[in-house]
Amino acid sequence: MYDTQTHGSALDQTDIKFSARNVQVYYGDTHAIKDVDVDIADKTVTAFIGPSGCGKSTFLRCLNRMNDTIDVCRITGDIRLDGEDIYDKRVDPVQLRAKVGMVFQKPNPFPKSIYDNVAYGPKIHGLARTRADLDVIVEKALRRGAIWDEVKDRLHAPGTGLSGGQQQRLCIARAIATEPEVLLMDEPCSALDPIATAQVEELIDELRTRYSLVIVTHSMQQAARVSQKTAFFHLGNLVEFGETSQIFTNPDDPRTESYITGRIG
Amino acid sequence: MTTLLFGFVLVLALASFLVARSRAGQLAGDTPASLHSRPAYHGFYSLLWVLMAGIGFLIVLTLVPNYLMTNSLLSQIGQALPDSAFIERQLILSDAKALATGRIASQTDPLRQEIAAAYAAKAAFWGWIRIALVVGAALIAAIATQATVSLDWRARNRAENIVRLILAAMATIAILTTIGIVVSLIFETYSFFSKIDWQLHKFLFGTTWSPLSGVQEGHMDADKVGAVPLFAGTLMITFIAMLVAVPVGLFAAIYLSDFAGNRTRAIVKPMLEILAGIPTVVYGFFAAITVAPFFRNTGDAIGVSIASESALVAGLVMGIMIIPFISSLSDDVINSVPQALRDGSFGLGATKAETIRQVVLPAALPGIVSAALLGFSRAVGETMIVVMAAGQGANLTANPLEAVTTVTVQIVMLITGDTEAETAAGPAFTLGFTLFCITLLMNVAAQRLVRKYRETYE
Ligand SMILES: Nc1ncnc2c1ncn2[C@@H]1O[C@H](COP(=O)(O)OP(=O)(O)OP(=O)(O)O)[C@@H](O)[C@H]1O
Ligand SMILES: [Mg+2]
Repeated sequence: MYDTQTHGSALDQTDIKFSARNVQVYYGDTHAIKDVDVDIADKTVTAFIGPSGCGKSTFLRCLNRMNDTIDVCRITGDIRLDGEDIYDKRVDPVQLRAKVGMVFQKPNPFPKSIYDNVAYGPKIHGLARTRADLDVIVEKALRRGAIWDEVKDRLHAPGTGLSGGQQQRLCIARAIATEPEVLLMDEPCSALDPIATAQVEELIDELRTRYSLVIVTHSMQQAARVSQKTAFFHLGNLVEFGETSQIFTNPDDPRTESYITGRIG
Repeated sequence: MTTLLFGFVLVLALASFLVARSRAGQLAGDTPASLHSRPAYHGFYSLLWVLMAGIGFLIVLTLVPNYLMTNSLLSQIGQALPDSAFIERQLILSDAKALATGRIASQTDPLRQEIAAAYAAKAAFWGWIRIALVVGAALIAAIATQATVSLDWRARNRAENIVRLILAAMATIAILTTIGIVVSLIFETYSFFSKIDWQLHKFLFGTTWSPLSGVQEGHMDADKVGAVPLFAGTLMITFIAMLVAVPVGLFAAIYLSDFAGNRTRAIVKPMLEILAGIPTVVYGFFAAITVAPFFRNTGDAIGVSIASESALVAGLVMGIMIIPFISSLSDDVINSVPQALRDGSFGLGATKAETIRQVVLPAALPGIVSAALLGFSRAVGETMIVVMAAGQGANLTANPLEAVTTVTVQIVMLITGDTEAETAAGPAFTLGFTLFCITLLMNVAAQRLVRKYRETYE
């Protein structure tokens, strides 16, 4: 990241982490995100909800420039992290992604041991000076990922040998081991049982005290439980964005209401 | 006649298919679900039986009578001319067959005519038998399978069983061929070693290779069959070739799969694969005529003496030949590493280089090792390049700038030389067998290594 932050007007919105204006995303000819404006606050959980294919993952991936890896994907508009345009030429996506961590929709542990999966990020960013440091980081991350008890006896077994839900929690642990400032979670609980889901939600709640979190979910209850802000996407448009309590009790837009009450999507 | 019979079986099989299918269809009427197997399976089952019966009898009744007739006619010739050599009797027989079928014989005499007449009679007899049995068997199969068509006849399961048997038979052919080759190698190796009185160490550790000099009456001089120079040469050239091919091939693959754009990839990959299509003989004379003189002249210019046939040149050109095998295979395995793994790594803030080195390559390792192994086997067995560019003298040296010879070159020289085949075959087979053992060992060792370090992904 470059250090030419302009403080002036940003003073009154220090709690805004991401601010997106006028964002359009195209996959080839498909217009996947249409004209989205959104502000994502620090120390807050923002939930993205909406029917399948409406562009939640796509927008999430814009926030840490993961869409750069897709050839056909084209993005216009303005997305700022702490006031800096993340699509500026001077921004290195590698450093951006170290700050903005991501948990993917499908669990994707590396074909390495459980330990190495979690140690991967800290190692490449040089977060641990000694092996003992690394052990501490790994244990802490696994504990916060609510999976420590299940894997503490087989840290050197392959991560791909875990069940789907365990893999997802391993990926969460892996993402928080690098201490990002923002954590983007794409349906982190879709493969989890209620107990693990509760643990992950607890983790999200705890992380909120320090980080900004964005979570995509298909579960209305989950969005209502963990988030303070909710954004409802529909067919690539951001239909409604506001306080979670307001969206769920008294939405402005009829589409939001139909979706929440189960009539579309 | 054979073609006609074959055609008959085919037509009958097809007809039988159609009849069985439509009969099954009619049986089911408006309730297709009442049939255990769909009509096409009834047809297919019938077709398989007709083909198996017809073609099976056709093959057996072509081969067996031929064998019987040849034997009895040869013994008839033997009675007429007791002193004749075997090869002469065969000549007479083939003349007789030519006479009988109206072709031109090398000469005509009463004996030949007599044999020709006997042949014609037998051939006619067997011909009729063949027609009768093939047609009969195919018809019986067709009728019998028609009779089985019924609502709960399990035609699908049976047809699938037959297909499975046919597939297993094909697999068996491949395996038997391999076993046959290995057994004959072992047999010839055994007889070679018995000729040098089981002094195995002289073959394995001796350093003088000149097996055919001073050979008398099938006995080998055990002091002249030391294969060390050949294996040393083979290994040196292979080593140089792998030194060229593995890095170039692997890096090219990484570039193609992770850095090149789609358009570059679409052009470069086929071009690399064209390299694999160049016949090795072309690489061979390219090495001998272009590369070797270039190296020799360069060497002269900087004061290093490089032989005009050298391990270096042969290894280098062989390495270039192997590049596409390694790059193309590695590219495929690197590409098959799921994008999700790369995304996971990028998402943690890893650079492209870190991602490739720590996530992609470990996941692709087993495939890359097998690509390298394939290259190794090609290099060890490669012949044309070394025949032209490496040299023929069995020269034990560690200097890659000198001429060396390889196992394959010596096999070529043994077999194409003017020593009679029976004497030359022994050492050639033994070399071949040893080479086979080395490649096999390499393969097994590498497989184990890979299994130990492999990182699996779904
Ligand atoms: N790599 C891609 N290439 C082309 N089109 C894509 C790509 N990824 C997504 N799309 C398209 O963009 C649109 C939005 O997809 P996205 O994955 O963001 O949906 P989503 O809201 O995350 O859905 P879900 O809830 O099912 O995960 C879809 O119409 C999809 O077809
Ligand atoms: Mg999605």
